[in-house]
Amino acid sequence: MSTITQTVQPSQGQPALSTVVLRSWKAAIALSIFAVLGLLIFVLLGVDTQGQVSTFRLSQSRDLIQLPDLVLPTFVTAVVSSILLFAMAAWSIWITTHSRKVPLWLVVVFAVVFMIGFLTWAAAGSTIPVPGLFVGTITLSVPLIFGALGGVISERSGVVNVAIEGQLLAGAFSSAVVASITGNPYLGLVAAAIAGVLVSFVLAAFSIKYLVDQVIVGVVLNVLVIGLTSFFFSQLLSPNAAALNTPERFPRINIPLLSEIPILGPALFRQTFIVYFMYVAVAVIYFGLFHTKWGLRLRSVGEHPKAADTVGINVNGTRFWNVSLAGAIVGFGGAYFTLGSVGAFNKEMTAGLGFIALAAVIFGRWDPLKATLAALLFGFASNLQNVLSIIGSPVPSEFMLMLPYVVTIFAVAGLVGRSRPPAADGKPYIK
Amino acid sequence: MSDSTRPPAEPAGAVAAPADHPDAPRGQDAGSERWSQAMRDIVGGSAAISVLAVFLALVVGAILIALTDEPVQKASGYLFARPGDMFAAVWDSVSGAYSALFQGSIYNFRRPGFAAGIRPLTETLTFATPLIAAGLGVGLAFRVGMFNIGGRGQMLIAAASAGWVAFAVDLPAGIHLIVAVLAGLVGGALWGGIVGLLKARTGAHEVIVTIMLNFVALYLVSYLLRTPGLLQEPGSSNPQTPPMKPTAVFPDLLGPTYNLHAGFLTVVAATVFVWWLLSRSNLGFQFRAVGENPNAARVAGINVQSVYVSAMLISGGLVGLAGINQVLGTVTTGFGAGIDANIGFDAITVALLGRSRPWGIFFAGVLFGAFKAGGFSMQAAEGVPIDIVLVVQSLIVLFIAAPPLVRAIFRLPTPGTKPRSRPTVVKKEVTAG
Amino acid sequence: MKLELRGITKTFGALVANDHIDLTVEAGEIHALLGENGAGKSTLMNVLYGLYQADAGEIVLDGVVQKFAGPGDAMNAGIGMVHQHFMLIPVFTVAENVMLGHEETNVLGRLNLGAARKKVKEISDRFGFHIDPDALIEDLPVGVQQRVEIIKALSREARVLVFDEPTAVLTPQETDELMAIMRQLKEAGTSIVFITHKLREVREVADRITVIRRGKVVGEASPTATNTELASLMVGRAVELTVHKDEPKLGHEALVVRDLCVIDARHQLVVNHVSFEVQAGEVLVIAGVQGNGQTELIEALMGLQPRVTGTIELNGTSLRGLSVRKILDAGVGFVPEDRTEDGLVAAFTVAENLMLDRSTGAPFVKAGTLQRGFLADFAREKVTEFDIRTQGIDSLAGQLSGGNQQKVVLARELSRELHLLVATQPTRGLDVGSIEFVHKRIIATRDAGIPVIVVSTELDEVVGLADRIAVMYRGGIVGIVPGTTPRSVLGLMMTGEPAPGTEAVA
Repeated sequence: MSTITQTVQPSQGQPALSTVVLRSWKAAIALSIFAVLGLLIFVLLGVDTQGQVSTFRLSQSRDLIQLPDLVLPTFVTAVVSSILLFAMAAWSIWITTHSRKVPLWLVVVFAVVFMIGFLTWAAAGSTIPVPGLFVGTITLSVPLIFGALGGVISERSGVVNVAIEGQLLAGAFSSAVVASITGNPYLGLVAAAIAGVLVSFVLAAFSIKYLVDQVIVGVVLNVLVIGLTSFFFSQLLSPNAAALNTPERFPRINIPLLSEIPILGPALFRQTFIVYFMYVAVAVIYFGLFHTKWGLRLRSVGEHPKAADTVGINVNGTRFWNVSLAGAIVGFGGAYFTLGSVGAFNKEMTAGLGFIALAAVIFGRWDPLKATLAALLFGFASNLQNVLSIIGSPVPSEFMLMLPYVVTIFAVAGLVGRSRPPAADGKPYIK
Repeated sequence: MSDSTRPPAEPAGAVAAPADHPDAPRGQDAGSERWSQAMRDIVGGSAAISVLAVFLALVVGAILIALTDEPVQKASGYLFARPGDMFAAVWDSVSGAYSALFQGSIYNFRRPGFAAGIRPLTETLTFATPLIAAGLGVGLAFRVGMFNIGGRGQMLIAAASAGWVAFAVDLPAGIHLIVAVLAGLVGGALWGGIVGLLKARTGAHEVIVTIMLNFVALYLVSYLLRTPGLLQEPGSSNPQTPPMKPTAVFPDLLGPTYNLHAGFLTVVAATVFVWWLLSRSNLGFQFRAVGENPNAARVAGINVQSVYVSAMLISGGLVGLAGINQVLGTVTTGFGAGIDANIGFDAITVALLGRSRPWGIFFAGVLFGAFKAGGFSMQAAEGVPIDIVLVVQSLIVLFIAAPPLVRAIFRLPTPGTKPRSRPTVVKKEVTAG
Repeated sequence: MKLELRGITKTFGALVANDHIDLTVEAGEIHALLGENGAGKSTLMNVLYGLYQADAGEIVLDGVVQKFAGPGDAMNAGIGMVHQHFMLIPVFTVAENVMLGHEETNVLGRLNLGAARKKVKEISDRFGFHIDPDALIEDLPVGVQQRVEIIKALSREARVLVFDEPTAVLTPQETDELMAIMRQLKEAGTSIVFITHKLREVREVADRITVIRRGKVVGEASPTATNTELASLMVGRAVELTVHKDEPKLGHEALVVRDLCVIDARHQLVVNHVSFEVQAGEVLVIAGVQGNGQTELIEALMGLQPRVTGTIELNGTSLRGLSVRKILDAGVGFVPEDRTEDGLVAAFTVAENLMLDRSTGAPFVKAGTLQRGFLADFAREKVTEFDIRTQGIDSLAGQLSGGNQQKVVLARELSRELHLLVATQPTRGLDVGSIEFVHKRIIATRDAGIPVIVVSTELDEVVGLADRIAVMYRGGIVGIVPGTTPRSVLGLMMTGEPAPGTEAVA
């Protein structure tokens, strides 16, 4: 994959060793493959779409500003996007032969063009509601984002959090019960956070105090939480559904002006309290992690715990409380199931989303913003499948559902770029 | 500085827990050693901890059962007036549940005669069969320092491969069964092998890859199951396969009145195979070397990459054997996407309880098989949801993983030597620093 | 500030690491703490720094008894430490590392990086360091990283500064600069504890010397004492600092390395166009300060580096690009630098470790099955031959002492038919008895007509073992000189200056 091209001598007096420029063909090869794939799907498979049009509805009926539908001739768009894809792939090859790195923006533009080509092809002769696509994306992403944020905090402090699934489920369960009993969704949210923290306590105690392998504790905790919530659901919640499993849900709050932004407004600003809370959480955690004392110390115990210890930071204490904090954050995500989207607790209702959140943490390279974007991407892929199955897509829905997982495998296999976890992630600290 | 130029240290992953090593002297007599090894796994060394862990988990289960039992709740309403009622109600609910658990898993005293009374035990072995197979796969991966959470995916692919051969191909009896089993083994092995290959070639962490491949396999098999001409039963619209042909089904071991089938023998054979592989073969020597210290293994000329691949192939094949047993032994009337029955995850707890030793896994699988068999009869007889079994199982593993906690609860003295997993953990930390 | 340690005792299980140690360091004094590896120096300093709690004894600063629950307390009391393995976070900047643990913040809790930068600048100007506060630690050379450690300690107004083996990673030139910095600190009234096992450095800079052995203070010495006096105090008996060996009986050119380059993961040329050859029956020592490409060069020889160019030929057969397995099979014996990490599997038995690199075929494996009886006989024989002190061949290798672990590695490598022996840092961290044993074995191998490469950073070992010496600096070989070359010339070569009149090396 790599070839040595030239050596670069360091300038006078510079301490670094001379370096060698290695060409990496990964990006160029990946883009070329997808360009060919695009040609095959959009153009060759889409020959019979000649003369058809694909319609993108850009506004919902109740929007203040009504945008006209975007109507694209299916086949022409397919051909144009395919040409663009090949042009970008060719350019990436040219860049690589000149020993430079393929810029990230090129990959992003490539992905967007590919998506446009794909959607146009998939929507031949029918209509895709674009605002609805985004609304659904947010809905499906909220628990993923909370889960990923919790994962980022926990892993940045050096504790691998495989128990996200369990924390989500515990949060969903307790928020449903508390919100049903008290009739107050805000109390339900608090209960969800507490439940997440309790799961975290077990994770922290076993991994920090008893030095049990963190991945194992996480996996076993997931089983424990599934068992407990299912047991209580069968024993208590289903016989007393009216009293215990009919939570008061958060009302929808439309933010004036912002909610009328075309296309994105409805998705971002016609949401419930918990979604707005999530926006704040993302911003606060990003700022906190990289610009405050809390974040500096948190990252130091995850990178080099001994160094942190020698400057007087209590490594295990820092880890313990941050893993707990992570549990609370994931718990909020769990509450979204029962207080936001679904409206009642059900057995194993998180359905493996905790693991996708974990994937988002890795795909997002342990960065809260990138992890959020990764979670949105996964939410988008799942929702795209929903939308396409409604309009009758030519792709079997199972293959769309597979997409986030396949993308993650490619990501960890390094095709998207090497991701470097916190150096001490998963390693207990023993003096 | 020199650290940055060295090969990257092994990701910590699941190395810590399976790292404990039997320190017992290795006898020269192979036959007796095998069994003494097995006995040590179950009763030796940390036997007390294991028993106490099971006991503790059952106590917690009892508390949950009592707390959620309606008669107990009613009696607690007048606890101070008639405390005896409360205790009687607690006793009723707990003893009722646990005796149902026992009678559903080992021996049913209400049935006449030994042949009928022992039926629950054969049920236990039937449930244990796939658990042991998958547990062996997970345990083997542990010994190589890898965490195979991909049991679901490997089982599904193996079940689909074996199942397809079993219902769609016509072959003479016997040969048909063998071909179906082989197809399943290959399917599971390949699905596991992908993980090993990705880890070896790109360093992709197997925990993430196996989790992701579980979902990929689930959707892939779901697609196959609902697509006519692939796995779906002709003429049906359900996402389910047709029944397996009788020529490809494991024969009953004890006659038609018992569910126990010859798949159990394949699992016994697999246990012996894994024992031989790990403690007698040079491949197993390399597996263990890589699992304990991949750096030293690499320097000693062991091809760590190919060890990862071959270990995951074998691990996937063993987990696949669980899927094969499901479709060719337990559910022969056609299967859907739920055929893995969560065994892939249960297998992790089985492997942990068995401390990644073949015979330890065998007996851990039997124990958890008993929980499953008994759990169903407990649910039927006493109305206690079977989910309590999950709680008890996970608690057992948590307690066993943390001996100091169990010792603290029972106020046992701390043994003079530290638990053997400690030094490994310390070593990892040193590497990190 | 005057530091007194009174009767410090620290035990780990049955091991007494510090046994009633008394130590007094006057204000403005450089006090050397001299001792062998494992003598208990680092434990003592970790007690002083609050990382360990002493079982008995007290720490007194300017007459006040201190109670340290953790490093934070020690730092607040004015104790600073420059650790042997730098306690810096590689992905943080210099300023972030310096501020960690006593961060200043602005409104909203935002880190005040400006103040930290100013502090770094100020201290670094005071000592003439040129350090960019925004540089990432992982991009800095080790010498500069050490200065960051010093700045870190000084930014907390440390008045007692502990240097734990600070010169291990420095060139002689950098070592001289460090000595100057120590003297400058001393002028400013800082008390300095200088931990080392290198005698020359002690005599150059210390005002007083305390020698500890096996956890006990065995005596004080003045800097005017001779090396031999200090060494015998440190070791407890008269020590021969030289290795006995006869003139080499040179044979053919066995190993020929031409134009070898190694490129690391960060695309740096860590081995830069290196050429040399080793003759049968000689010891070629590769000398140099740690981290100048020696490790990577050896890894390239052993097939452990992925990106290697150039040629490596052993007795006419090319080794470059072969797998480790093939290279071992070609008759190369290898004693790795880090024996616990790369040389042994700690959880394997002594016997299993003795067959670790022969797990693919005869004599230990037949038809895919381990030959356990043969292995047991072999292991018992080697345990006797190499005097490996163990309870039995079934003891775990991790339970052996460092010296015995190294004997296991040597026994394994020397019991194969060798055409080349490569030993890197073969005596690091060993007691004197084991060092002598290892050196004798290496010389015996040479005398058997086998070419030997030894990598060492210890000048004593270099001079003792070498028939010829290749000095590496920043990935290249500065020159290849005879084993009799004076230390002063070698020291100069380690800074990159070619020795006068040596063979020119590309």
